[in-house]
Amino acid sequence: MKITKPEELKQYPEYQEALVELLFQLADDDFILAYRGSEWLGLAPHIEEDVAFSSISQDTMGHAAMYYQLLEEIGMGRADDLAHGREASERRNAILLEEVNGPGHYLQEPRYDWAFTVVRNYFYAQAKKVRIDSLKNCSYEPLAQVAIKINMELYYHLMHWKTWFVQLVNAQGEARERMIQAIEKVMDDFGGVLSLGNKGSKMVEFGLIDSEEVLTERWIQAMKPVFEQANLTMPNAFQMKRGNGRNGEHTSDLESAIATLSEVYRMDPLAAW
Amino acid sequence: MIEKIKTALDAVKDPEIDSVSVLDLGMVEKVQFTNGEVVVQLLPTFIGCPALDIIRQRVEQVLSSLEGIKRVTVEFINHPPWTSERITEEGREKLKEFGIAPPPKQMGPNGEWQIECPYCTSTYTMMENVFGPTACRSIFYCKQCKNPFEALKPISIWM
Repeated sequence: MKITKPEELKQYPEYQEALVELLFQLADDDFILAYRGSEWLGLAPHIEEDVAFSSISQDTMGHAAMYYQLLEEIGMGRADDLAHGREASERRNAILLEEVNGPGHYLQEPRYDWAFTVVRNYFYAQAKKVRIDSLKNCSYEPLAQVAIKINMELYYHLMHWKTWFVQLVNAQGEARERMIQAIEKVMDDFGGVLSLGNKGSKMVEFGLIDSEEVLTERWIQAMKPVFEQANLTMPNAFQMKRGNGRNGEHTSDLESAIATLSEVYRMDPLAAW
Repeated sequence: MIEKIKTALDAVKDPEIDSVSVLDLGMVEKVQFTNGEVVVQLLPTFIGCPALDIIRQRVEQVLSSLEGIKRVTVEFINHPPWTSERITEEGREKLKEFGIAPPPKQMGPNGEWQIECPYCTSTYTMMENVFGPTACRSIFYCKQCKNPFEALKPISIWM
């Protein structure tokens, strides 16, 4: 089955339901991680990184906007409202991606954790790459086309985070130790990034994306050589210690993030952006 | 009429690089004209690029002022995807005039690029940052003429 236009979806309510769920996962993941990235602006380890990280966050926010646009075309509401107006319990992003960057606040005494940021972003970028490669064959053509487009930008993101990761884990002393701690921390919730949620099997059945198991295996295959070269133990448990964001489970970190990022939107939801 | 429209589109420049037009950048996929209605299909370059909306408005502006056009529709489409290979030869030259190196036509086996300095044409250059002041640009330094410069990032389907 191939669906080329949103109008065709009306005949297949079950298909549409699975597609909408998948799009919310993709959109909400990129949206919240781009927001966390934006909080680093002016605080990155050096100026070139500030330029790079803000550029990556801008791209990533663009990817989220594109997924919200696809949802808008399906009749799920305006893209701006979907991005700003939804409660935490309606969001489908992985819990790992909503977590604060570290102690403090970006306006006041930020004590953000760069090791955690590098690991979270690198592992996520690789998971996104695996997902995007699978989505190139998505049965919903508008999404397959978006995947091809996103893939070209993701190439640079993945290269960037991999460079940081390899350099820091191969460095002496504190850097490596902190990176190992960060890997452990990220692994506590990384299962949530790889999860497709309750409707995952429907997504697979309708040819929207490969199964969680297949995607996870591809992620492992991509990461294995990097871990081996750095003499690190490849994680084998992908946990969801704080729950599954795909099913609407979230932490207070997401609530406060939404409160901050939607502050202006909520002042006048009808304003044109 | 299509010719007139194309000439008008050539006046729509990239708001961040005002020497190159949407045609030079290879953003115009299709122009259709029927009974006073024109539909322009554009390919977005970088997805999160804030210049896209400005470009849309300018295309609407210049075309609606043409005689014989009653309605203008500008659509951004994702297929085919825009790649940096779509930039025309003329576009590549105009980028250099602006001080921006055009994207490399080929990349090495490990993804490395060779970039010519837009000022002195030396290839004795080094990349300072693959990311730059806008989503589409990287930052370079020319060791020959000692000028910093920017280059357009290669974007290709094989990535």
